[in-house]
Amino acid sequence: MAESLVAARKPARKPVTGARRPGAGRHVRRYWQLWLMVLPAVGFVAVFMYVPMYGIQLAFREFDFAAGLTGGDWAGLKYFRQFFDSPLFWPLLKNTFVIAFTTLVVGFVAPILLALMINQIAGGRRKRVMQTATYLPHFISIVVVVGMLQAFLNPSTGLLTRALAPFGLDGVNFLGDTAAFVPVYVISDVWQHCGWNSIIYLAALSRVDPQLYEAAKVDGANRLQLIRHVDVPSIVPTMVILLILTMGGVLNTGFEKVWLMQNNLNLPVSEVIATYVYKIGIFSTQFSYATAIGLFNTVINFAFLIAANAIARRVSNWSLW
Amino acid sequence: MSATPLKKTPGDIVFALALGAICVAVLFAVVYPVYFVVIASVSNPSLISTGEVWLWPKGVNLFGYREILNDERIWTGYRNTLLYSVAGTALNLVVTIPAAYALSRPEFRPRRILMLFFVFTMFFNGGLIPTYLLYRDLGLLDNWLVFVLPSAVNVYNLIIARAFFEHSLPKELFEAAMIDGVSYLQYFARVALPLSKAIVSVIGLYYLVQHWNDFFTGMVFVRDNALQPLQIVLRDILLSNQAFAGGVGASGGSGTSYDQQYADQIKYGVIVVSSLPVLVLYPFLQRYFEKGVLIGSVKG
Repeated sequence: MAESLVAARKPARKPVTGARRPGAGRHVRRYWQLWLMVLPAVGFVAVFMYVPMYGIQLAFREFDFAAGLTGGDWAGLKYFRQFFDSPLFWPLLKNTFVIAFTTLVVGFVAPILLALMINQIAGGRRKRVMQTATYLPHFISIVVVVGMLQAFLNPSTGLLTRALAPFGLDGVNFLGDTAAFVPVYVISDVWQHCGWNSIIYLAALSRVDPQLYEAAKVDGANRLQLIRHVDVPSIVPTMVILLILTMGGVLNTGFEKVWLMQNNLNLPVSEVIATYVYKIGIFSTQFSYATAIGLFNTVINFAFLIAANAIARRVSNWSLW
Repeated sequence: MSATPLKKTPGDIVFALALGAICVAVLFAVVYPVYFVVIASVSNPSLISTGEVWLWPKGVNLFGYREILNDERIWTGYRNTLLYSVAGTALNLVVTIPAAYALSRPEFRPRRILMLFFVFTMFFNGGLIPTYLLYRDLGLLDNWLVFVLPSAVNVYNLIIARAFFEHSLPKELFEAAMIDGVSYLQYFARVALPLSKAIVSVIGLYYLVQHWNDFFTGMVFVRDNALQPLQIVLRDILLSNQAFAGGVGASGGSGTSYDQQYADQIKYGVIVVSSLPVLVLYPFLQRYFEKGVLIGSVKG
């Protein structure tokens, strides 16, 4: 999706016929069939995405069971204050940030390295095998991945626990250890998605002009220098766009996985805003409070997106808008 | 890349060796866990827990699979997931593909603003609670339609399909059809769609996998066990250690350590059984999966 999302400066489109632009009514009459085709999608997104956005006002109201999604009296910022004053505020914020940013950084860099590496493999067949194998785990469900983690990291019988025993890590309960939670989370995430995310970089690398390599070789560049001065610059636009896209959802990442990996032992580091919203909202039915916390999360997300976009525009001339 | 046969320097050889070693290590790290699950599911569980199963299954027995075949929850989950996946994917395609086509027509002026309307939802949403309350008001809680309707449009897939229509269909074809007086709907149905089997299958596969692996919907919006999809059943068996149908091993008797061992074997088996459809199809479908990513990244 990358480049088609980008607001590349396109020349203004010419009016359809002659210089006169048809009015709205005429336009609909002329293109009603196209409207018909796009309307169901617009309808579904309007109902299932935009109505909940409208429902955000619940964060500023007292939830009233009878009034539902947008009803109840105005409560101002009461629920935000309640959240900011809560002793859980800083731990939640910290956990959310730590998990999100570690995943963002490692999950962003790893596919690039993998793609650069696969790109260096000479045989077409070997390249394919490598590529195919590395993105296989992408299709395994999150429940199964966490199930595998539990089996492999079982402190007494786990495959990985035994493999790590020579390094003095035997008997560590990785899934119950507050220090191990983030590494386990991030590494398994890389295991699952790195190969898949590298495909788009490989596509970009395959479009590099071979003459660039030849020219660089004539200049005496070795393999590593070729990677650094030819390969890396050629995937920068792809990198920037993927970074922006990931940044926009940075605090949403992995609610399901965090939730599944959570247990009483790792709770001090694994309770994040999203899991807290779920507990407060769905289990304790404090709808207004949970909506306020969720909105806080979304606003931070959005700020990250805007920041990422601004940075991207500065450094590379590529941006989402 | 090496069209000019330059002489191999010692640096090149070191590079090749290092590359090969890293590749083998990466390959092993990615594939071995999956392989291990498969061999563990048919091996004697006590040999697994003592670490004797490494390369080949040992003490082969299919006890785990027999238990799984006899467990009703798995089959209910399978049936539900199959139903949700098929119905959901059908709706997905019917809604997404025509919309993507309309949005790909340059003369369709509102397409820019409509794209913005769609793309905005990738970065901003109402959050869990307003969504939950909306579903409640719509009667979607504890209703199988919750697995189908809300996910009707995936914006990523919409963008991929739009990019395909925009770049892969020859413009001359459209012009020729228009001269013949064909309407948009006719053109879409008779010309565009038959030429777009590739993208329809790619998008269909993406949606199918998404539905197959959907865990969130069942967890948040459905309480009724009879409606739960496979992923929820999996969670109960794999992570919540729920007892198996009539306790582990109705044939096995009373010993608890025996039960625990076989519970582990059952878990490996459940992983295999639940992931099997996707993993078996994977070698045949992976070209398509890849194609989707590549089409999506076509230069615009």
